[in-house]
Amino acid sequence: MSSPAPRLILDGLTKNFGTYRAVDDVTLALKPGEFFCLLGPSGCGKSTLLRLIAGFERPSAGRIQLGDQDLSGLPPHRRPVNMMFQSYALFPHMSVADNIAYGLKGIGKAAIAAQVADLLRLVRLEGLGGRRPETLSGGQRQRVALARALAREPKLLLLDEPLGALDRGLREETQGELRAVQRRLGTAFVVVTHDPEEAMMLADRIGVMEAGRLVQIGPPTELYRRPANRYVAGLLGDVNLIPGRLGPHEPGEGRTVETAQGPVRGIVAPSLAEGAAVVVAVRPEDLVLSVEGLPVTVTDTTFLGDRLRSTLRLPDGSTLRASTRPTDAAIPSGAETRVGFAAKAAVILPA
Amino acid sequence: MSGLRRPVFDRLLRLPPFLWLTVFFFLPFAITLKISLSEPATAIPPYLPVLDWHGGLDGWSSFLEALNLDNYATLYADPFYRDAALGSLGYAALASAILVATGTPLAYALARAPSRWQPLLVALVVVPFWTSFLIRVYAWIAILKPEGLLNLVLLRLGLIGTPLTILNTDAAVIIGLVYAYLPFMVLPLYAVMNRLDPTLRDAAADLGASPARVFWSVTLPLSLPGIVAGAGLCFIPMVGEFIIPDLLGSSETLMLGRVLWTEFFSNRDWPLASAVAVLILAILIVPVVLFRDSLQAGEEGP
Repeated sequence: MSSPAPRLILDGLTKNFGTYRAVDDVTLALKPGEFFCLLGPSGCGKSTLLRLIAGFERPSAGRIQLGDQDLSGLPPHRRPVNMMFQSYALFPHMSVADNIAYGLKGIGKAAIAAQVADLLRLVRLEGLGGRRPETLSGGQRQRVALARALAREPKLLLLDEPLGALDRGLREETQGELRAVQRRLGTAFVVVTHDPEEAMMLADRIGVMEAGRLVQIGPPTELYRRPANRYVAGLLGDVNLIPGRLGPHEPGEGRTVETAQGPVRGIVAPSLAEGAAVVVAVRPEDLVLSVEGLPVTVTDTTFLGDRLRSTLRLPDGSTLRASTRPTDAAIPSGAETRVGFAAKAAVILPA
Repeated sequence: MSGLRRPVFDRLLRLPPFLWLTVFFFLPFAITLKISLSEPATAIPPYLPVLDWHGGLDGWSSFLEALNLDNYATLYADPFYRDAALGSLGYAALASAILVATGTPLAYALARAPSRWQPLLVALVVVPFWTSFLIRVYAWIAILKPEGLLNLVLLRLGLIGTPLTILNTDAAVIIGLVYAYLPFMVLPLYAVMNRLDPTLRDAAADLGASPARVFWSVTLPLSLPGIVAGAGLCFIPMVGEFIIPDLLGSSETLMLGRVLWTEFFSNRDWPLASAVAVLILAILIVPVVLFRDSLQAGEEGP
């Protein structure tokens, strides 16, 4: 379906609404056929960025390029890009087949009918072409919207919270389907979502947005293991942040941080100077209860079957959350022990 | 306690509309209907037969037997009334068509205007109501008459050599009807268009539709309930319109409202006039029933 797919390049893209800067100097190069997720809370500018690419908003500054074509000045109906809307925006006065065929023009009735049938098969809605959108379930409508957005064989498909209106169980099933359709067509997808789990499950790469800026771009594992700042660390999952001061240079990538509880080691970005105020970010599953490390009191443990979630109190009163494998010898509440973690599991971030 | 009181209170709340309809519609209509079935006569009341309230059942039966359809027979036999009925429907239909053609782009422009301007623009549509309807129709006489404003402008611009005769023609009646009823077309249509989901337009544009195709294939079909509601709101009162044909039309402008007025006040034939009034109502029942669903749709939105 897709010939050598052109790359989307955003260069210094900025959008102001009055004095409010919704999108701030976003630069991004998509890989061909990539599944890219824009992740961030509502109001971070991710939907505005999508509308800029689709052409519904005009950039205040910067450039949007697809392959060697500059899209910046084109109205939406001239862009080789399609969008799937969060509300699906299905035309209520048209049948499912007419909705899907809306973007197909000038190829003859028989060809349109054949293509609509193909698309209905792709989204597993065979036989529902004659129905009105309002007679379909939420999941079926979502698939009609996907088929309609794919009908023009876009070089790039934009999806605004494509699973946002579905309930939990259906979401997970549909995530898998969306991935499968994207793999089969090889079309580059840009998905906007506020759900970190969804982003990690779907995306080849995730771009995290905060206050209009793209703060970190990378594959899900990289963002989870090596977040660039506290915001990204906290967005992608539960994290413990231990404040301290950065120690002197050492050979290798590890560094020591002096905390109120004693020294801990982690991996540091080269840009941080000795003595800087930092936090050590450790995921709960990387904490190890053992005989060495920081002294803690276990204040609470919850057995969750596959893991044991504990709350640990440090001598200064702050707490850590640990997620450990349940062992036969469960540590009772009130027990005093020590907690440690591998230096490569901890990231030293600017405070 | 409240469980007992609530239904009584609810029922009381439902009473005023019934009282209103009874006093201001059903009773006057019953009187009009009775007069229309009376002996044709050009005089002041009472019209025969008169019900003998003290005559019991016999009084009622002789009263009912004396009622007749003579006035309706006259309406049917005389082509004048049939022409007036057809004329009314024709003027109203033509004016409604022009209202749809002019009101639709106007309402669309209102609905697409920047949202902070919309309250002001909607107010401007309503502002003419602050002036008496009669005065506004008189103003059209000043505009349309041979030495009026319109001819003056056209002559000065050199577009015409001699003044156009517009006043006291069918064209003047249509202009007056369209002018007077335009707000009733625009406002319900604006209400429907304003509530259309703007992402539907975005979706259509995204799928390659030019702005014109977006309008024809998405906005217009979804605005149809508003168009039908607006056309209905205008068509129904226009059929019975009296002031506009009387002031702007010619002596040949045949509309039922005018005939009604002439029968009541010039010919003083109340029974026949009442029959005309009942005829107008009967003619309008058809469009009211047809429009009822879309009138509701226009109020509630699609």
